[in-house]
This record gives sequence, C-alpha cells and structure tokens, in this order.
Amino acid sequence: MSTLLDVEDLRVTYPTRTGVIEAVRGVSFQLGRERLGIVGESGSGKSQTGRAIMGLTPPQAQVSAKKLAFDGIDLMAASPRERRALRGNRIAMILQDPKYSLDPVMSIGRQIVETLRAHERVSKAEARERALAMLEAVQIRDPARVFDLHPHEVSGGMGQRAMIAMMLIAGPELMIADEPTSALDVTVQLDVLKILDKLVAERGMGLIFISHDLRLVSSFCDRVIVMYAGKVVEQIKASELRNAQHPYTLGLLDCMPRIDADRHPLPVLDRKPEWAA
Amino acid sequence: MTAALAIDRLEVVFDRFRALKGVSLEVQPGESFGLVGESGSGKSTLLRAIAGLAPVTSGGIAVDGRTLGRGRDKAFYRQVQMVFQDPYGSLHPRQTVDRLLQEPLAIHGVADGERRIQRALDEVGLGNGFRFRYAHQLSGGQRQRVAIARALILEPSILLLDEPTSALDASVQAEVLNLLEEVRRRRKLTFLMVSHDLAVITHMCERLMVMQNGEAVENLAASDLVERKVTKDYTRNLLKASEGFVRA
Ligand SMILES: Nc1ncnc2c1ncn2[C@@H]1O[C@H](COP(=O)(O)OP(=O)(O)OP(=O)(O)O)[C@@H](O)[C@H]1O
Ligand SMILES: Nc1ncnc2c1ncn2[C@@H]1O[C@H](COP(=O)(O)OP(=O)(O)OP(=O)(O)O)[C@@H](O)[C@H]1O
Ligand SMILES: [Mg+2]
Ligand SMILES: [Mg+2]
Repeated sequence: MSTLLDVEDLRVTYPTRTGVIEAVRGVSFQLGRERLGIVGESGSGKSQTGRAIMGLTPPQAQVSAKKLAFDGIDLMAASPRERRALRGNRIAMILQDPKYSLDPVMSIGRQIVETLRAHERVSKAEARERALAMLEAVQIRDPARVFDLHPHEVSGGMGQRAMIAMMLIAGPELMIADEPTSALDVTVQLDVLKILDKLVAERGMGLIFISHDLRLVSSFCDRVIVMYAGKVVEQIKASELRNAQHPYTLGLLDCMPRIDADRHPLPVLDRKPEWAA
Repeated sequence: MTAALAIDRLEVVFDRFRALKGVSLEVQPGESFGLVGESGSGKSTLLRAIAGLAPVTSGGIAVDGRTLGRGRDKAFYRQVQMVFQDPYGSLHPRQTVDRLLQEPLAIHGVADGERRIQRALDEVGLGNGFRFRYAHQLSGGQRQRVAIARALILEPSILLLDEPTSALDASVQAEVLNLLEEVRRRRKLTFLMVSHDLAVITHMCERLMVMQNGEAVENLAASDLVERKVTKDYTRNLLKASEGFVRA
C-alpha cells in the first residue's frame, strides 16, 4: 500500500489564560488509498486532527509533529502559500458544520461554481452544468431550484450535501470528511457514501471519515482509529469493530439504540481516568 | 379524547414550492410521535409551521382542541416549545446560560424564575457551575442540554424536537435520550420528534409517520417497524439502509 499521508506524534495545543488545552496529544497513523474512520466522543480531538492536517488550525494554537507528510511533501515545513495551494486542489475537507461553512449571502449554486472555477479553467456555462450535475449526484431533488437558494432556505441535509458537492467538484486526492452525513436520512447517506467509495476505488483517493456513527463506520471503512481525550486508544480493522478490546470502544458501541432491542434507559459510558493516561 | 396536537391537511408553500402537500396527523396527550423520512421532505417545516414559523397556506393546526390562527400568542408558547435541529446555531454564543434561561421568563413575566431555573438545570444534569458560562464555551451535548432546559422553563405540555441528537456523539446521544424520556415521564409531556435514525425513533416513540417529498408515505406503530411490518417500498428502503453500507 503506497502511503499518501504520514502522521507521527501530532500535537495541537491551545494556550489559554487558565493553562494549555491539549486538543490532540500525540496522534500517529498512516493513510493509503483507503477509507480510514476516526471515531470517538465529542471533544476527543477528531476535528482538530483533521484541521491540523489541512493547515486550518487557528493561529493562536500550536501544532507540532515528528512527521506530517502528504505524498512526500513535508507539511510542517511548507509555507502558508504552499499549503493554501494544496487545500484548493489536492486536499479537501468537508467541515462538520455546513451552515457555518457555507457563505450565507451567496446562493448554493454560485458557491459551487466559484469553487470549481477557482482551480479549473472552465466557461461559466460549463461550470453551471457541472455544479448542477454534482448536486444531482448527491441526490438533491430538483437541482435547478436548489442552485438558486441561499443556505438558510435549504434543509439541514441539503446544506450538508451542498458542502459535499462543493468539496467533490475539486476532485481532491485526499479527502477529510468530518461528520459528512450526520444530517442526512439513511438512504441519502448511503448514496453519498457510494460516491466517496467510488472515488477511493476508482480514482485512488484517500479518505479520512470522521463520524460518531460506529455502525456506519464499521460497514463503510477499511480501518478505524478510536480517539479519546486527544489520543488514539485503539486502531482496528473496521469489520472487527465488534471485537474491539478497549472498554471505551465497546461502551460507545453499546450505548447506541437498536431497532430490535428495547433498553430503557440506554447504557451510558462510565469513563475511567486511566483511559486518558 | 381530544388530541394534544391535530394537523389537518396542512399546506406550506415557499414562493411557488409546495414544501407540505396536505399533511394530516394526530398526537394524543402524553404520546411520543416520531417523524422520519427523506432529507428535504418537510419534517422541520411541519414543526416550524406548528410553531408559527412557516408560511401556511391552508389546512388547520389545533392544540388541545383549540384551532390556531395565524399568529401565536404568549399562551401558545407556554404550552408548546421547540428544540431545534442545530445545537450550534440555536443558542446565541455570546450569552450566558443564565441569560438564555432568564429571557423566556422575562418575556412571559414569570414570577418564580429562580426556582424554575434551578429545576430546569437540575433536570438536564447541568449543575450551578454551568449557569454563568457562555454558550460558546459549551460542548455540543451541553448546548443541547441548555436548549432543552430553555424549552422546559415555561413548563410546556408539548415539545417539538427537531433532530435533538443528530449532532451529538453516541455516548452523549444516549444521555440526552435518557434525559428526554425522564422529563417526559416526570412532566407527562407530549413529544413530536424528528430523527433520521430509525433506531432512535423506535426507542423514543410509540407511533411514527414516514415522509417523502412533502407528503406522508405511511403511518406506523413503532412495533410495526421493529417487526418489519411495513407496506411501502420507501419505508422498506429506509429499514434496509439502516443496516449500514454494503459494498457492491
Ligand atoms: N479554539 C479553541 N480554543 C480552545 N480549545 C479548543 C478550540 N477548538 C477546539 N478546542 C478543544 O479541542 C478539543 C478537541 O476538539 P475537537 O473539535 O477536535 O473535538 P471532536 O472530537 O471533533 O468533537 P465533536 O464530536 O464534538 O465534533 C476540545 O476539548 C475542544 O474544546
Ligand atoms: N425559507 C425557505 N425558502 C425556500 N424554501 C424553503 C425554505 N425553508 C424550507 N424550504 C424548502 O422546504 C423543503 C423542506 O425543508 P425541511 O427543512 O422541512 O426538510 P426536512 O425534512 O427537515 O429535511 P432534513 O432532514 O434535511 O432536515 C426543502 O426543499 C427546502 O428547500
Ligand atoms: Mg468535531
Ligand atoms: Mg430538518
């Protein structure tokens, strides 16, 4: 397996008046042309890991790593300009909160068109056609109507798919998808996953899939990283998730409601201090 | 028995787009009713129409047998409260939890505010330590707890819940679902709840409606869904898709 992304001992810290917040505490993994899932509870550092790889960490934070390389390019040594160029073209991230990531005063269609035209020389008419095709690919009903709507005029799941369309249209080699389907109904969710799956299988894209839906991750990804308190507590084959070793991973799996099990109240996690050690 | 909530052939139109095409539905007092269905099918619009936040062009909405007019008066909001889909957007980030909870009390001129704030914070499992924190300093799960506390503070009898846990991780979701069940039992509340997660709906609701493209596809008991006793292909597809991803 050729390595697309190599992360070794990644750390992200935020200095604050009351001390430093260690958001990411020594994360290491390698990614090939595969689907890697990152799961873990809220605040465990999933998004901060993704943002650090993208170079989207806010300036007040400190990022360090023994190694952070994309396709042989040392990202720690790259200039802000080089990183911006990578972001526009070869690396893309679907951000967790579509309503905040979309521009509220620009129509959905125009945002996708501008993204496309920012890195490919295409005519206005062609850009519009391709944007419409992309909206259709993410299963938007009536793309022509939605093209002209503003973000506050679309439903939660439509905004999320607009964001996905915008990131896919650039044709990245590495995609970091942060909770890309959390607002979608289950059938549309699978359609979106099929698109991502095809890009991995046919174009050799590398995919980091951040999600709190362990069931989905176990059926969709090749490997899974489980994070807790800024660290990786377990790495496991996705199909083996059910046989995970760490009590935290097992706890996360167990607290999800199931259609055919009647459990009231649901079990909740009993967090142990040693998990964070 | 008078329904807690009765929706009769409701139509909502944005510009010329029909977001709801004659949807009807009844929820009994103390019942928990689920809405599932396609993204963009009108689930949020239905809740927003009840709350007076969507352009209703025809049809009726009645609460406890009283048909609602165009506007919503203060009495309505004492009876019906809504928790929105997005815990990041629904609370003003630069306000403290205390301010967020005081606001509805001030608007409604409630006298025993202090007792109610204590009770609501207690109920959602946020100690007094959280009372003077800003919303932007809270995690997603904590924010959703504040949103629920805010919805409870006027002591309503009906809660409209729009994807209350879809932005939360599995462990926090379990905590929030347990919390919602607990307050429903204790306060004898009626729920109308949207979720795209069928397991969440069967866990929380007795009956449900499946929606697609602005219309009801079918009405089911949660137990029908559990036993796969469904009649429409769309519902069958939802059930199938809930099992996870299958690589072709
Ligand atoms: N701007 C910031 N200043 C200080 N701390 C921050 C900042 N942004 C994030 N953090 C902290 O970093 C930690 C990791 O956050 P991150 O967003 O990566 O969590 P996550 O695993 O993505 O959670 P979720 O599932 O809720 O999205 C959290 O404790 C968070 O409070
Ligand atoms: N302010 C608005 N202007 C124009 N169209 C709107 C507006 N609000 C909603 N709509 C349209 O109404 C339809 C239903 O939206 P709604 O938010 O009710 O869907 P939903 O079922 O809640 O979907 P999701 O599961 O994605 O949240 C969508 O097609 C949306 O574009
Ligand atoms: Mg995150
Ligand atoms: Mg909605």
